Amino acid sequence: MKPAALIQRDLLLAYRRRSELATPLIFFVMVTGLFPLALSPEPALLRTLAPGVVWVAALLAGLIGQESLFKSDYEDGSLEQLLLSPAPLEFVVLLRVFTHWLVTGLPLVILSPLMGLLLNYPAAAMWTLIMSLLLGTPILSFLGAVGAALTVGLRRSGMLLPVLILPLTVPVLIFGASTAARAASSEPTAAPLYFLGAMLVLAVTFAPYAIAGGLRVSLES
Amino acid sequence: MFIWFHKLVSPPYFYKFAGRLSPWLAWLSLLVILAGLYAGLWLAPPDYQQGDGFRIMYVHVPSAWMSLFVYTVMAMAAAIGLIWRMKLAHAVSAAAAPLGASFTFLALVTGSLWGKPMWGTYWVWDARLTSELILLFLYLGYMVLNRAFDDRRTGDRASAILALVGIVNIPIIHYSVKWWNTLHQGPTVFFGPRADIPPSMYIPLFIMVAGFMLYFAAFILKRLQVEILQRERNTAWVRELVEKS
Amino acid sequence: MIAPIAPPNALSVSNLDIWRGERCLCHGISFEVTSGEALHLLGANGAGKTTLIRVLTGLGRADGGKLRWRGQSLRESGAEYRASLAYLGHSSGVKLGLTPRENLMAAGALLAVPGATDAAAALARVGLAQQTDLPCSMLSMGQRRRAALARLLLVRVPVWFLDEPLTSLDRSGVGLLAGMLKEHLAVGGLAVFASHQPLGLEPFPVKTLLLGEAV
Repeated sequence: MKPAALIQRDLLLAYRRRSELATPLIFFVMVTGLFPLALSPEPALLRTLAPGVVWVAALLAGLIGQESLFKSDYEDGSLEQLLLSPAPLEFVVLLRVFTHWLVTGLPLVILSPLMGLLLNYPAAAMWTLIMSLLLGTPILSFLGAVGAALTVGLRRSGMLLPVLILPLTVPVLIFGASTAARAASSEPTAAPLYFLGAMLVLAVTFAPYAIAGGLRVSLES
Repeated sequence: MFIWFHKLVSPPYFYKFAGRLSPWLAWLSLLVILAGLYAGLWLAPPDYQQGDGFRIMYVHVPSAWMSLFVYTVMAMAAAIGLIWRMKLAHAVSAAAAPLGASFTFLALVTGSLWGKPMWGTYWVWDARLTSELILLFLYLGYMVLNRAFDDRRTGDRASAILALVGIVNIPIIHYSVKWWNTLHQGPTVFFGPRADIPPSMYIPLFIMVAGFMLYFAAFILKRLQVEILQRERNTAWVRELVEKS
Repeated sequence: MIAPIAPPNALSVSNLDIWRGERCLCHGISFEVTSGEALHLLGANGAGKTTLIRVLTGLGRADGGKLRWRGQSLRESGAEYRASLAYLGHSSGVKLGLTPRENLMAAGALLAVPGATDAAAALARVGLAQQTDLPCSMLSMGQRRRAALARLLLVRVPVWFLDEPLTSLDRSGVGLLAGMLKEHLAVGGLAVFASHQPLGLEPFPVKTLLLGEAV
């Protein structure tokens, strides 16, 4: 198999459906925008809430994007072809999740400073916020992919994926948001960032097996 | 030994075995729980700080331990079912999940009842209670996925994968919540035996744990009977069983 | 251990049981397909032809019985078996967002076989020479099916599983498929297909299996 060609195929498909990729981004911006309306526009309050709000909004927007990960391949039969190919499925899904993160997760990370700005998040801490999302959103992609693989064969999978996966995202949310919060109050952020890094390593190592297993189970009946 | 095991895990044999063992375990668990409650509620001395309020520990701590224990059982059975394709193992997972969820729920309710005199409110984001809450979500997710498929066996295998992902995550969730809690200086309460408490206080706790274990054993066997009947309803032995009764 | 002597390129099935939900789709089915042979699965709608084919590919789960490829069980042969089979299901596995050529390249990327010239030749053979660079979403259903057939030509594997291959093909498409199958059998390949019409593969031996009798 040729990994580069597989990534190229996924990127090409994403490019041809680029308007769909904007939906999670718009969702991200809208959810973030709701908080000042629901709470108060007072800068000091927004400043304390900003890390949590940006992280929760990124998490939800990321999970929404995950549902489509295997869906169209399932519907047009490409997923069957993928499972029947002699290529190691664990490695193929690793590539797939990475490519999907590139087109759905990375734009969220890039957009996050703007959200920070809206919520009065200190500009000096912005790089740490980006760093925390850069380490955290791929973990969310891998967890979401496990849920997507397990539910791809179900017709009513819309709400099921978040129900299955949200509890598993708690550690990412805790370390990610606290990194951003500590950076905002100029505290050291190395500890939570290391935790995020460690969890990313764990996710890259183990999640592909769960995703591949989930796909095999989903297609077996 | 292996032949005996092989016979035991065959569904018709296990069905009979479970049916015979379950009532005994149920009665035994009732006795042990009553003994534990008596020892905990009457014999144990009141706590010098918390007075009689601490006594809810005798329900709270065993159910919290059971909630984790049952998830471990569930995940181990899930792994066995996935690796050796053993139908009975999947039935064990499916039967254990509602019991585990009930223990988790009980731990949450008793924890918040305990919280009322301690913290003055029914719910605070205490690390252990928060972990229990997330554990309850994990159980619910498992149960929903297990039933979401038209084909029972697909549901079994899909939810087994989820249980394994869950068991890997539980320690991470637990420590991250603990870390988050110390970060925000949340209230803490002493759960479980400390070195300085007298035997008359912690022995009832162990009796209660034993009682809960027996209860779990009795009712997982009962639930397994139901799961086995559902899964094997097209086989000859189940038809025979139905015709006989 | 001496491996049991098995003819090369033989798919053998013994005592296969398949259950889906409440229904027993097949019970105790045994057959063997070897080089140059085809197996025609017959049966009413819902008799379990698709399920059986999926089980034979290793996608679906069997509830009893043994499946052997070249004398090895599917668990043992694993990737080797997958490297020697091609499957054309109800859904063709053609991505609508890609052109036929890109589809073939993507299929090739999963294997080690590629070659842009091979892809062009395969597409020309199935009659899509004019459409190689049109997105598949603009092709008709029959043309999409032809793009899927081109994949069979590209990967060149000994076992073909075809589930209702005639769906949406026109008369010349049916002829094309029969020609492809004959060539495949002539070079020692074997095929299992589900179809309501005979494909006209004479003189090659075609076994038939009628499903749905037992239920």
